[in-house]
Amino acid sequence: MIKLENINKTFRVAKRQGGFARAVKALFSREYEIIHALNNVSFTINDGEMVGYIGPNGAGKSTTIKIMCGILTPDNGICEIDGRTPWLERVAHVQHIGVVFGQRSQLWWDVPVVDSFELIKDIYKVDSSLYQTNLDELTELLDLSELLKTPTRSLSLGQRMRCEIAASLLHSPKILFLDEPTIGLDAVSKIAVRQFIKKINAERKTTVILTTHDMQDIEALTERILLIGKGKILLDGNLAELKKHSSERKTLIVEYTGKAPTISEGMTVSEAKDGRLIIVLDPTQLSVSEAISQLAAQSDLIDVSVTGVSSEEMVAALYEEYSI
Amino acid sequence: MRLYMKFFSMHMKSQMQYKLSFFLTMIGQFLVSFAILLSLYFMMSRFNVVMGFTYEQVLLCFASVLMGYSLAEMLGRGFDLFPRMLGNGEFDRALVRPRSVITQVLASKMDFTRLGRILQAAFVFIYAVPKSGVIWTRDKILTLFLMVICGSLVFFGLFIVYAAFSFFTVEGLEFMNILTDGGREFGRYPYAIYGEGILKFLTYFVPLALFQYYPLLYLLDIEKSKLYMFTPLLSLIFLLPAYAFFQYGVRKYKSTGS
Repeated sequence: MIKLENINKTFRVAKRQGGFARAVKALFSREYEIIHALNNVSFTINDGEMVGYIGPNGAGKSTTIKIMCGILTPDNGICEIDGRTPWLERVAHVQHIGVVFGQRSQLWWDVPVVDSFELIKDIYKVDSSLYQTNLDELTELLDLSELLKTPTRSLSLGQRMRCEIAASLLHSPKILFLDEPTIGLDAVSKIAVRQFIKKINAERKTTVILTTHDMQDIEALTERILLIGKGKILLDGNLAELKKHSSERKTLIVEYTGKAPTISEGMTVSEAKDGRLIIVLDPTQLSVSEAISQLAAQSDLIDVSVTGVSSEEMVAALYEEYSI
Repeated sequence: MRLYMKFFSMHMKSQMQYKLSFFLTMIGQFLVSFAILLSLYFMMSRFNVVMGFTYEQVLLCFASVLMGYSLAEMLGRGFDLFPRMLGNGEFDRALVRPRSVITQVLASKMDFTRLGRILQAAFVFIYAVPKSGVIWTRDKILTLFLMVICGSLVFFGLFIVYAAFSFFTVEGLEFMNILTDGGREFGRYPYAIYGEGILKFLTYFVPLALFQYYPLLYLLDIEKSKLYMFTPLLSLIFLLPAYAFFQYGVRKYKSTGS
């Protein structure tokens, strides 16, 4: 179980100002700016949960992850993970967590992947039989058999990410931190990685905490979302609750032949080209089926598509709502 | 220790991936130190003796300092390149692994191309040991070993101090090179030739002379006291503040981030 209570973290950053004279002045007396990276952050995550941790750049996501991993010490507050305080019992704590930094590799560049795995086995003092079971299982789950003998440098980004995730699971951690695991991956690899994370969570009951900017990750993976902005936890709930915060409006894309339909109350045209209309619909005023039948009565419709607000737009709207 | 050997073989494997580059760099390292040796030769062929030390005796100095330095650099390269490790976030990775930070930094880089220099030092030893006029007893052989081993450890300590500084400045500090590269270059000659002040500095502050000048006096029978034989061990005290300084840096890093 992960429990954070009133975690605060401030950084002192030297102010930098333009201009030569000021740069010289800064050599002798520096002005500092206090940045509140985290402001009374509290949450609890139970064993086996899968949590998406989202927020704009610089909101404090990485700082929180680093505190939970034992890399950073907060100014004050309580953080207990399986009964341990990460920064006080670093070695004991990290034995039970796995960390994947999407932008950095933990594999050796020039040697076959399996050699890196063997080294990790020794670093974590993994028992040989446990290592073998884990390796076999991960090889099958992630389809690694072809990749293990290949040096990391000749893997594609997607293949590498699969190996990275496997590498951080070799010691059977109870908690897995994934920092932007799908960054830069193509569509196929993204889906593969997501499926795999799901499987791990379901089969091994590993707690997964995931930061991402890709809302499809969140939609595909997590039931619970933590939204952080300017160092504060703004929202803790599931996707449906998140959706409540955004408007219910629908977008209708209509293709028709002949005369353009007239638009009634509740619909607004956002774009009109010949034969094509993009209409924004407010379902509280006019239901979707009502709107379509109205349009169909007036014109010969070739194609109609209805879309809700994408989660991307939803999050953008949320950021705006909280002005972060 | 087993883990360290594992890292050792990984580095070996990695570097052997680029065999040609490896051997060329190694030969380069050999030639550079060979050039330094030549300059020493020309200098000494003009003056014959420096402060009463003959050419071959100076060579003993040269070889032991070069050997110690190159060993430290080969195995302790992780500290030498530590600013890079901080910059690219590899240090965060070290912190999320259940091993001591020092071991991991130490094991993070090894540079076997330094074998070129070690080889050079070995050749010089082969030449200078019989010609230096030292009557080799068991004690004196031990002294020579202490000079090399402790020398390498003190240089290693300097690398740690250098690494620790980078917690505070992020960018590497060139002034430390005066002590590391400089220590090696000036270590060609017994440190005493640079004057009283420098000798004191290198005795009490950064104990480079403790593994070079004083045991050399014992080797050459200038000082007969056994105390001089064990001065290299005294120099190891330097590792304590170096270690403490590094740990202080780690604590600071953990509270401020990079």
